[in-house]
Amino acid sequence: MESARPIEPQAAQALQQPQTGEGRRRAASLLARATRLELEKAWALLPKQPAVKPVRGPETGLVMVRGRIGGGGTPFNLGEATVTRATIMLDSGTAGHAHALGTDREKARLAAIFDALSQEADSHAFVERELLGPVAARIATEDKVKAEEAAATRVDFFTMVRGDN
Amino acid sequence: MTGKNAVLAGGFTEPVFGSQSVFRQLMDGMARPGTIQTIETDVGQPEPLGAAAGAVALTVCDHDTPVWLSAALAKSAAGEWIGFHAGAPMTREKAEARFAFIEAGAALASLGLFSPGTQEYPDRSTTLIIEVSGFGEGQAMSLSGPGILEARKVSIAGLPEIFPRLWADNHALFPRGVDAILTAGRQLMCLPRTTRITTSA
Amino acid sequence: MYVAVKGGEAAINNAHRLLADRRRGDRSLPSITIEQVVEQLGLSVDRVMAEASLYDRSLAALAVRQSRGDLIEAIFLLRAYRTTLPRFGSSVPIDTANMTIERRVSATYKDMPGGQLLGPTFDYTHRLLDPSLLTDEEVDVAARRPEGEDAMMRISDILAHEGLIEPDSAPDDGEPAGDLTREPMEFPMNRDLRLQALARGDEGFLLALGYSTQRGYGRNHPFVGEIRIGEVEVELDVPELGFAVSLGTIRITECQMVNQFKGSSKAPPQFTRGYGLVFGQSERKAMSMSLVDRALRAGELGEDVTAPAQDEEFVISHADNVQATGFVEHLKLPHYVDFQAELGLVRKMRADIEKARNESMDNKEAAE
Repeated sequence: MESARPIEPQAAQALQQPQTGEGRRRAASLLARATRLELEKAWALLPKQPAVKPVRGPETGLVMVRGRIGGGGTPFNLGEATVTRATIMLDSGTAGHAHALGTDREKARLAAIFDALSQEADSHAFVERELLGPVAARIATEDKVKAEEAAATRVDFFTMVRGDN
Repeated sequence: MTGKNAVLAGGFTEPVFGSQSVFRQLMDGMARPGTIQTIETDVGQPEPLGAAAGAVALTVCDHDTPVWLSAALAKSAAGEWIGFHAGAPMTREKAEARFAFIEAGAALASLGLFSPGTQEYPDRSTTLIIEVSGFGEGQAMSLSGPGILEARKVSIAGLPEIFPRLWADNHALFPRGVDAILTAGRQLMCLPRTTRITTSA
Repeated sequence: MYVAVKGGEAAINNAHRLLADRRRGDRSLPSITIEQVVEQLGLSVDRVMAEASLYDRSLAALAVRQSRGDLIEAIFLLRAYRTTLPRFGSSVPIDTANMTIERRVSATYKDMPGGQLLGPTFDYTHRLLDPSLLTDEEVDVAARRPEGEDAMMRISDILAHEGLIEPDSAPDDGEPAGDLTREPMEFPMNRDLRLQALARGDEGFLLALGYSTQRGYGRNHPFVGEIRIGEVEVELDVPELGFAVSLGTIRITECQMVNQFKGSSKAPPQFTRGYGLVFGQSERKAMSMSLVDRALRAGELGEDVTAPAQDEEFVISHADNVQATGFVEHLKLPHYVDFQAELGLVRKMRADIEKARNESMDNKEAAE
């Protein structure tokens, strides 16, 4: 499973601490934003697809999205969003959880599997290299494009200077 | 199995059908107080939660129903288990609880701290799920009220001795008051607030 | 009185078939896909999500297609669907200060950190029908320019430095926010519940009420402090993980209305604020919401309650278009028996009047 490709510095760092809160938080966020296609591709690339036991779900439900009064005040309920979640367990006993907006159950199931795999020393580097890294890169590119498209609509005011000076 | 995995274990194999069938039994049990229902589904609940109590928890609890647990249950994996499978939050305030689970043999000093609902919304009350040691043995009682033709004789082992008196106080609050589900292993018996208990002295 | 009536089963089945046929329309044209609705009728989708109070683009698009583009019907469909789903929890409050911004304008400050970003707006279009859209002409990709350095500071924060604007309420995260989908509505209600009701309220109704405040019915001197549209992350606390995870991002529109306020016995002269927050891209709705939110604070700020937009019970009870359409449209359902009773009553009243008149005439004649 360790291929000849060099591990990126970020991945290497993550590899040292596969189970820390921050690392899992980052992994969970990226898995939530991974597309089904990205997850399926990574699944197909796995050198050895693990046996997986469903624990809960995949199931679709709602999360009440809260805002804050005035933007920064007391919370209020804005409205709900569909969320699909899954929990699975690998043969090794490692549990994986996934939560993502939308109703795609297969995506949630695969994301939960990769959440579990990213916690295991054997597969952590693979998940980072084949899935989390590329997803993070895609999101960064998309965000940059959107930000630049918005920036192109920024108004440059030309102020006429009048008077003696 | 590690503690963490005990929390993840179990649950209904078919959540929709499982909870529907347990709900049906609860409804029948509430409609005919004192009858015994047997839960067949296995939900893999952690000790000391009983099989019926576990199935009831997964059927009736959800994100909107705070759950209170008696001392031994609160120390066990039961809270996290209910949280994971049913999504219900735990509370330490009896008055906030929509459901309260009480392990076998736990002392029951009063029902007064649980929510009896309000005059406008008597449904906003706590339902108690009390584990007893068995039905058909122990203290003999006679039940009467809606859903019972004249009277129904039951005997319950392991119910706190004080219970009939607490229940009379509860009955007096009508339309407010708590409802109870007595569980013993796989079996359960419902006591809605409308049911009167007479003990044969 | 209710009388059991049977019948119409075949008629109803055929009406459903006819509906499906008309919805499909001319079979020689390709049928519209959900993806096309999401991508090309995105603002309809946004309105359905906002007023159904359920964020899901694909399901909202399905509802739009199923309802033949009748948006209130689509909202109804999506509302009905949401009742079938369990709730997993409440999100961490979204942080609108930390949005990926696509549009951000202010009418109060020209030069502000981050600048004015027009985004994909209709504002400067000529409102001339565009014949190029009659055909499938190639559309240029959006222009790009390197991002600015400045953070997009909130306008309310700029004014807050001077102490001239009321601050946000101290964030009290202890009390759970009221939820009108769980508890029956009671008046008077707190601002959190009002904002929830307004966020799912009918855009047209809120627009009309907002407009009425501008025309003098509860005037509150508004300026758009800031409108921002963009994507914001939604996070959920997951007990089994022990931390909040991101579920992905949603698109929202936020409006901070800044209102001149001459002061009252309860508050010094300062700027007050109305707040609007809506799913999707809809600044008309967010602006209307913030006008009405401010109007509904009249009591809290010691102003006289004189206009419809300031009347909490009136506004909140009538803002929901699913409720409104249900009650208005139920009038077309059979009321045969009610009407027979009314008919009988009117006939009897007529007969009584006739009789009384005849009697008085008789009496008059007798008197003569």
